[in-house]
Amino acid sequence: MTNKDKDTSQVAVLQPENKRHIGETRRFFKVFFSRRVVVFGMVVIVMFIITAVFAPWIAPYNPNKIDMNHALLQPNSAHWLGTDALGRDTLSRTIYGTRISLLIGFFVVILGSIVGMSLGLIAGYYGGWVLNIVMRIVDTLMAFPMLILALLLASLLGMGIRNVIIALGIAMIPAYARLMCGQVISVKENDYILAGRSIGASHMRIMMRHLAPNCFPPLIVMMTMMLGTTILAEAGLSFIGIGVQPPVATWGNMVNDGRTYLLSNPLLSFAPGLAIMLVVYAFNMVGDGLRDALDPQLRGVI
Amino acid sequence: MTSFIIRRLILSVIVLFLVSLFVFLAMHLLPGDPVLMYVSASSIQQVTQEQLDQIRHEFGLDKPLPKQYLDWVGGIFHGDFGKSILNHSPVIQEITRRLPITIYIGALAFIIATIVGIPAGVLCAVRRGSWIDSLVTTLSNIGITVPTFWLGIILIYVFALHFKWLPVMGYTSPFVNFWMSTKQLIMPVFCLALGPIAGNARQARSSMLEIIHKDYIRTAWSKGLKERSVVMRHALKNGLLPVVTLSGMGIGTILGGSVLIEQVFNIPGMGRLAVTSVMNQDYPYVQAICLIMAIGIVFSNLLVDISYGWLDPRVHYD
Repeated sequence: MTNKDKDTSQVAVLQPENKRHIGETRRFFKVFFSRRVVVFGMVVIVMFIITAVFAPWIAPYNPNKIDMNHALLQPNSAHWLGTDALGRDTLSRTIYGTRISLLIGFFVVILGSIVGMSLGLIAGYYGGWVLNIVMRIVDTLMAFPMLILALLLASLLGMGIRNVIIALGIAMIPAYARLMCGQVISVKENDYILAGRSIGASHMRIMMRHLAPNCFPPLIVMMTMMLGTTILAEAGLSFIGIGVQPPVATWGNMVNDGRTYLLSNPLLSFAPGLAIMLVVYAFNMVGDGLRDALDPQLRGVI
Repeated sequence: MTSFIIRRLILSVIVLFLVSLFVFLAMHLLPGDPVLMYVSASSIQQVTQEQLDQIRHEFGLDKPLPKQYLDWVGGIFHGDFGKSILNHSPVIQEITRRLPITIYIGALAFIIATIVGIPAGVLCAVRRGSWIDSLVTTLSNIGITVPTFWLGIILIYVFALHFKWLPVMGYTSPFVNFWMSTKQLIMPVFCLALGPIAGNARQARSSMLEIIHKDYIRTAWSKGLKERSVVMRHALKNGLLPVVTLSGMGIGTILGGSVLIEQVFNIPGMGRLAVTSVMNQDYPYVQAICLIMAIGIVFSNLLVDISYGWLDPRVHYD
């Protein structure tokens, strides 16, 4: 939202004679990497992904190794971020927490977007009573605060990574369905859809080959931002103890565990929280950059 | 307009019906037997099938599902949300004790989000590119990314433990000790309001910027009107329409956030009740809380839609 204005002003400034045609891909990268925060976000995300994948090699200690002789240490050369009440290394636990956060984030986005986008596609394409039914389902799910819905589902399904993914995935469905539906309704008015129909293309083919790809750009932006939202929600769930269960290190339950030792060892809570914030900020900024880069108003021009 | 309101009302009733159905079915179709939980929560050591059936009968769980649903909904209309599985007390008692607390804190957060967020966004749009614009934009980008529960902990560390300016946590009714209550609420209300403040500021900024380029604003300038008059009388009216929708959605954020914030600051509201009853698998409570929160959101959405039509006479509903 922040940069929408920037684009419109650029469009206004560019005179027709100044329009140079440049390739779609080149333009995309040019706009995408033109802002420093976006580059920063991209770097942060890549770093977090590397950390998650290579956690066993990067982390100095086993994240679950209990060592009561070295409990609640202050940061020192052996334990850069200190240790928690059970003597586990905070840095190693934060590094391993990256795995859980990113894993849940990616799977929730995949689950939520596939189900939500399919619902939105079908509802928007067929319209009528199909649209009505899907929209009422969406309204129903949207009547709950997202965290309450996730809480309700997680409590019923039980804890554990898989169930957290299902709970958060369901909670994310309505947002995708609504956006996709709106997109489809506007895109399906195009002549090429009518042309497709008239040469006898099937409904399935029109939806998958013509509608879906043309509706996709805003949804990519949404998926990127939703990665951040999901990671935030997962951290919230494990913070209140309903989510991935200890001893698995997640950022949310580390923040909660550290709360007891806030006065003596504030880093126990601060470090994982900072990681959450950094990764969510990065996904938001990259989403913002993608929005600019995919803006159809700028197509063909810089 | 009247027919729009009536249609919108009917739609809200349908959604509320579906919400109640969803909450009811979620509890009954998903794994987990409330009777067994009840037994394991009580002191009964050994149960016979007979006793199980008896308990099942007591809670009305032996009736067919549709009948159970109707009984449940019928009870709600009489203010009866059932009895706690854990301690047998009527759910409504605890809810009436806790709901006002959550509403009070939520309302404070909502008001602050509105009176801080919207002017900040408008100011950014008017002074675009200035230091205040970049400051507010950066702060609101951080505001929508910071985990509220973590922010709460940091605030406790800085303002309560380190400087000792504010009490660490807890809740006092404003009718008992207004000053103490206000001091205790500063941090939680700020945490709850931060997300909506940032959201409002971003939305207000971008929609005001869109308006500022419109022809009629240029006309207003060229008439020689003062900036104050151009912004306040011409731009604001149209620029704030999308903000109304967004700030309505902020209510959901605040209600959801109360779950985390009440946990951090030890506030005995609905959010904490939600967490404890999920932990105890005390389903009547979970059902009641979900339903009440959903009712709140459906009503606030209804109000937003109606006020939208009232604020913008161009909107035709038919």
